[in-house]
Amino acid sequence: MPHDHHNHLSPSGHPYRADNDTDLSYWQTMEIAVRELLIEKGITTAQDVANQIETMDSRTPANGAQVVAHAWSDPVFHAELMRDASAATREMGFDIGPLRLIAVENTPQVHNMIVCTLCSCYPRNLLGLPPDWYKSRAYRSRTVREPRTVLSEFGVTLPDATTVRVHDSTADMRYIVIPNRPEGTDNMSQSDLAKLVTRDSMIGTGLAKRP
Amino acid sequence: MQRVRVKSLMPPGHVRTPHYLRGKIGTVERQLGSFPNPENLAYGQPAPAKPLLRVRFTMADLWGDATENPNDTLDAEIYEHWLEPAPDAT
Repeated sequence: MPHDHHNHLSPSGHPYRADNDTDLSYWQTMEIAVRELLIEKGITTAQDVANQIETMDSRTPANGAQVVAHAWSDPVFHAELMRDASAATREMGFDIGPLRLIAVENTPQVHNMIVCTLCSCYPRNLLGLPPDWYKSRAYRSRTVREPRTVLSEFGVTLPDATTVRVHDSTADMRYIVIPNRPEGTDNMSQSDLAKLVTRDSMIGTGLAKRP
Repeated sequence: MQRVRVKSLMPPGHVRTPHYLRGKIGTVERQLGSFPNPENLAYGQPAPAKPLLRVRFTMADLWGDATENPNDTLDAEIYEHWLEPAPDAT
């Protein structure tokens, strides 16, 4: 009985997901209306929209990890990144569009952490789409008030002597955290170093992995 | 370092100054240059460029006794027209 869902599990053991049969929301309707108008008026094409989605989906935290590994390995690049992160990442060959990027660096004395309390500002052009929790009201409201508690829920416990610097991405800047370079990585290549750099370590809710 | 206070305004409409920072005192961390004013941009109006600054607050200044660690800091981007000179420390 292939259509008998009485146990609510598919043959592969996952729960069946309800079909998406609900009415469109106001904003979904608005998005379709505006998109169709733009296409009808020749301002954009369906292909352009699809290409843009493909481009956005192709950006991943691996891009940021390469930037961090380069900064760990090359003092000249590191200095450029801290001075003008947009220019430095463009110079590395990343197409970051109009992104205005600021790099903030973790040290044994300072831990940086990024949030956008007003919405979900995130360096998408470099790191790809933000994780869902980054957009949640819980993360956005708690990070500015109790960052250490939030960090502990991510498994990061910092000594009291370490200063936590929270950056609220309220306007035109986007931020990337340069995590501490782990010990025991002196002889590693940039590509191996990049594998230690996680998405969360560049948001500041995690640390770089140990080799 | 320049000490500033975020204006305690409650205007209607789209603004990018978080409520929790209004009336709070911090120091200018860096100047960022000028950007189209989001308060106009949000409504498709001509948006003159306004200076934007990064302002650093201590967690103690934001949350008082409820803070986890008074020396931790919060940095936010605030438009200059939302800032006023901080009153002298008493």
